[in-house]
Formats: sequence, C-alpha cells, structure tokens
Amino acid sequence: MWFLPEYNWHFNCLKLEIQKLMKPFLILLLASALAAVAGAKEIKLLNVSYDPTRELYQEYNAAFAKYWKAKTGDDVTISQSHGGSGKQAQSVINGLEADVVTLALAYDIDAIARQAKLLPVDWQKRLPDNSTPYTSTIVFLVRKGNPKHIKDWDDVVKPGVTVVVPNPKTSGGARWAYLAAYAYALETYGHDDARAKDFVTRLYKNVPILDSGARGSTITFAQRGIGDVLLAWENEAHLALKEFGADQFEIVTPPLSILAEPPVAVVDKTAKRHGTTDVARAYLEYLYSDEGQEIAARNFYRPRNPAVAEKYAANFARLKLVTVEQEFGGWQKAQQTHFADGGIFDQIYQP
Amino acid sequence: MPLGNNSICMAKKQNRVLPGFRWTLGYTLLYLSLIVLIPLAATFVKSSELTWAEFSHTVFSPPALAAYRLSFGASFFAAVVNAVFGFIVAWVLVRYDFFGKRIVDALVDLPFALPTAVAGITLATLYAPNGWIGAWLAPLGIKVSYTQLGIFIALTFIGLPFIVRTVQPVLADLDSELEEAATSLGANRWQTFWRVILPMLSPALLTGFALAFARALGEYGSVVFISSNIPMKTQIVPLLIMSELDGFQYAKATALAVVMLVISFLLLLAVNLLQWWSNRYNTTNLA
Repeated sequence: MWFLPEYNWHFNCLKLEIQKLMKPFLILLLASALAAVAGAKEIKLLNVSYDPTRELYQEYNAAFAKYWKAKTGDDVTISQSHGGSGKQAQSVINGLEADVVTLALAYDIDAIARQAKLLPVDWQKRLPDNSTPYTSTIVFLVRKGNPKHIKDWDDVVKPGVTVVVPNPKTSGGARWAYLAAYAYALETYGHDDARAKDFVTRLYKNVPILDSGARGSTITFAQRGIGDVLLAWENEAHLALKEFGADQFEIVTPPLSILAEPPVAVVDKTAKRHGTTDVARAYLEYLYSDEGQEIAARNFYRPRNPAVAEKYAANFARLKLVTVEQEFGGWQKAQQTHFADGGIFDQIYQP
Repeated sequence: MPLGNNSICMAKKQNRVLPGFRWTLGYTLLYLSLIVLIPLAATFVKSSELTWAEFSHTVFSPPALAAYRLSFGASFFAAVVNAVFGFIVAWVLVRYDFFGKRIVDALVDLPFALPTAVAGITLATLYAPNGWIGAWLAPLGIKVSYTQLGIFIALTFIGLPFIVRTVQPVLADLDSELEEAATSLGANRWQTFWRVILPMLSPALLTGFALAFARALGEYGSVVFISSNIPMKTQIVPLLIMSELDGFQYAKATALAVVMLVISFLLLLAVNLLQWWSNRYNTTNLA
C-alpha cells in the first residue's frame, strides 16, 4: 500500500486486534454449530407476507406447527415478516431469506422469479387454484347508517363523496381496488376503455389522501375520521369492524367487485439452501386442508374449499367477481397499462 | 503470533496520539469510499442502465418536476424558519439561566432520537381535523395534516436540532464583552446584533441551515404520514422514488435519486462558498 511504507507494524497490530475481536465470535459460532447438531430436529421457516395477514398467519402457524409435530415429530418455528407487498418482494429480491412468500398479488412473486430467479417463472401452476388457497375482494367500509347511501361503485364516484384508498403504486390492496373500479366500469359501459378511464379519474378526484399502505388508509378512515367510504380488502374491513367497533362502521359489499387472489409460493433456492424444502411445501399445502381453510375463513379470507365456504357463507356476501385474467389479460399487462410510469393512473393526475 | 509484536505495538502507540499524515489520509479515503463514494457511484451506475430518452422521460415527467419543487421548496422554507427560531432557542439556552433549562436543552435533541415514522404519525394525529391542534385550526379554515403545510411542519420538526446544536457552542464562546464594547461605542441593540453578533455567528448558522436543509430533502418517514401523497400536489421526491421501487423499477428510482444528489450537491456547495465568503468578509472587515 502506497500510503504506509514504513508502518508495517500497523498491519501486525491490526491482525492482533482483529484476532482479539474475532475470538468471541468464533466461540459463538462453534457453540451454535454444536447446538444445531444436538437439536437437529428444530426447524425454522420464514414466511414473508403482506400487511393484513398478520392475524391469519399467527393462527395458522400454531395450527401447522401442531400438525407437523404430530406427523413427523419435528418442532417447527415459523417467523413472519409483514409489510407492503411490493416492499416485501423487494426485500426477498435483495436477499431476505424467505422460505415461503405469501404476498398480495402474483405480480410481486413474478418479480422475485424474474429478477432474482429464486423460483421458476411458472410457480403459479404448482399449487391448486393459481396457488391461491384463499381469496378476497374489495368492499366498501362506510360510516354507521351509511349517511351518503353508498351501495355501488357509481355512488363512490359521485361529486361530494370523499373516498379513502391507498396509492396503487405502493400498495397491493390499492391495485386490486383500482382494478375493481375499472372492471366495474368496463362491465357497466360495454367495455369502453375511454369511459372506464373517465370513471377511475372521477374516483380518484374524490380521494383526498393516498396513504402508502392498506393499514395507513384504515387508520386515516377509522381514527382520523376522514372520508365517507374506505375501499378496503374484505378481511381488512372485517378487522376494522372488530378493532374499532361495529357501532361505528358498516361493510357494504358492491354487486360487482374483483376476485383478489393473494398467492403463495415456496422460494425454491432459499428453501433448498436451508434444507427446508419439504416442510415449506407442506406448510403451503396445509393451507388447502380443511383446518387451513377454516382458519382462513375465520380470518375473513374467502376459502376455496366449497364445504368450508358453505359453512362460513354468512360472513361473505354474494357478489359477482371478475378476475384480472378475464378483464385485464393478467398482471403483467395490467401493471404496464395502469400502474407503470405514464400509465393510466399517472394520467389521472396529469393537468 | 510472537509476543514481541505486541510490545512493539504498545511502544509505538505510546509515541503518538494519532499516526502520521499518510496513514490518516489513507484511512480517510478508504472510509469515505466505503461509506459514501461507492454507494453513490453505484447509484450513478445503476441509473446509467437507462437510455438517455428513458432517463429524461423519468426525471422530467410532470409528477417528478412537481415533486422537486415541493421537496426543495418545503425543505428550504423549513430550514429558513429553523434558522430564525433555532437561533432564538440557542440564544435563550446560552444566555439565560432558568428553571428546567437542562430539560429544555435535552428536548432539543428529541427530533434526532425519535423514529421519524413516530414523529409523522404524532404530527398527523395532532394536526388532523379531529386532532388536538387541528380541531382548533379547522374552524379557521386552516388545514395542516395532508397538505403542503403539513409537510413543511414535519420538516421543521426534524430540522430544529441541527441549527440549535451548531449555533449553541459558537454562541457560548462569543464573548459578551464584544457586545458591551459595541454598546459603549454607541451602537444600539439592533446595530449590535446586526453588525457584531450576526457576522460572528453566520458561519455556524449557515452550517446548521445546510444540515437542516439536507436532512429535510432526504426525509421520508415522517412526511408520508402527514402528507396526503397526491401526485402533482403533495408528493415528495423520496416518495416518488419509493413508488418506483415498488414497481421494481430500480433504474428509474436511481435516476430520480441522481437528480436529487446533483441538485443537493450544488446547493450545499453554494452554501459552503457562501460560508467561505462570509468568513473572508468578516476577517477582512475585522482586520
């Protein structure tokens, strides 16, 4: 090194210092390696999920751990990570060691498959029902007594109605809400894109605050008292009722909305490296079991299993549900047309 | 490792407090490269993945232009307001003794320590139309939360310690004899302040201003909660960068970051030049 010709002693000192510092770490490393060998049947899984699934997976993880213990005798500890769906996908791409991902939309898992190549691009075909064991939809949460008489999407875009919804650019749930409104306009106005665009423009003119995530919008609506209607995940709306009291709000289910499919996938490469491929796969498959479906239904996610759906039918109002594939030709296309730079969402705000 | 080395280390270490120039310079360069230059260079490299047309389309789009205006405007005004009121706080803390002074002194640092998201949520709650302060302002037709005014308040909050903490020590060193001398030479209070105290403090004030301004430009956590985040109106540049990241558009996100970096660098350079100029002006004047 050019800057220290006569200071060679520094390197030796540095080495000494580093060795001194390293010692405790080496001991710790050795100790944990020993512990790992001794209790080899302690399995750890990391499930990286999106915002509103906290309660669902808390309950499900306990059930799965019990099931796995009974089946194999192994203890499995599942850690959860929650956040905006897009942000969570980014973390996984940047190296967060998720064994499984359970995100808000297929586009985010696609990104993990395409950009980080941690799982094959056809991941969505590996589990039944597009790899979505439970579904949800977008409903309206209104103030008690529904003072603005909001029954359908047309009422939401009326002048003078204040709507709270997160920013579709930063929130998975908000993208579903936007697409639900757009799909309604397409279905109502004979698939005329110009009229649908006008419809969503009027909708977002009524939005005074675009929070960055679903929870943020729920708080704005419920605690700050802003807005006449909150466009929310069905499960998030039920949760708000539970949390803030059913005497303050009510849920209005529109006659038509979107079938929101929050998919799940094993992150192949990470799971393989952790040696957790089997348990990770079982973890996701068990979501389709009767118990898994019941837990989903109890947490206000619509179960795929018809028998369980029948049992909890009272929780889920009947409505016409359209899919992203039908109306928008899949997520990649929807993202490009609506949410990319200069897309329709950007055009709404252009003067 | 033979023991001898250790004793040499000890012997040499005792000889000097800090090793020589070349060692420290080398260390400085290495440190700056690792912590600052390499990440910044990576930003530039990443944004170069875009073609020139894509780059200019991203950084000159109407939402981006509106966001620059808002980010730089709100940060600038917040720093200016802090320069004035932060100076007053520093003055009170240095020149007067009063009950609870130490507590007030410690309070100044609070915006440093508080997680910015907490600050944002607290401010938004206070200033919301149904909040403690917002409820009083709402009948007057003043909206704070979810407006540009709210962003300004959040940025003022996080910037305050920078001014106080840079001005405070300089003010403490300032001899009050200088003021007495000015008074005895017939200067009135205003003249004493304007011609004696302010010139001595202006370098520290400018430094504090630059720090508060730079900090406000990069602020994300508190602003997203108090802003309504509407494109073209209340969307700051860091939020725009976050939404590009959420769409997995890393190159576009870094393109916006590059623009922020270049403008910030130029502005900070200008502040430094101003500081240098005011220093020179002062010393020549005093001489």
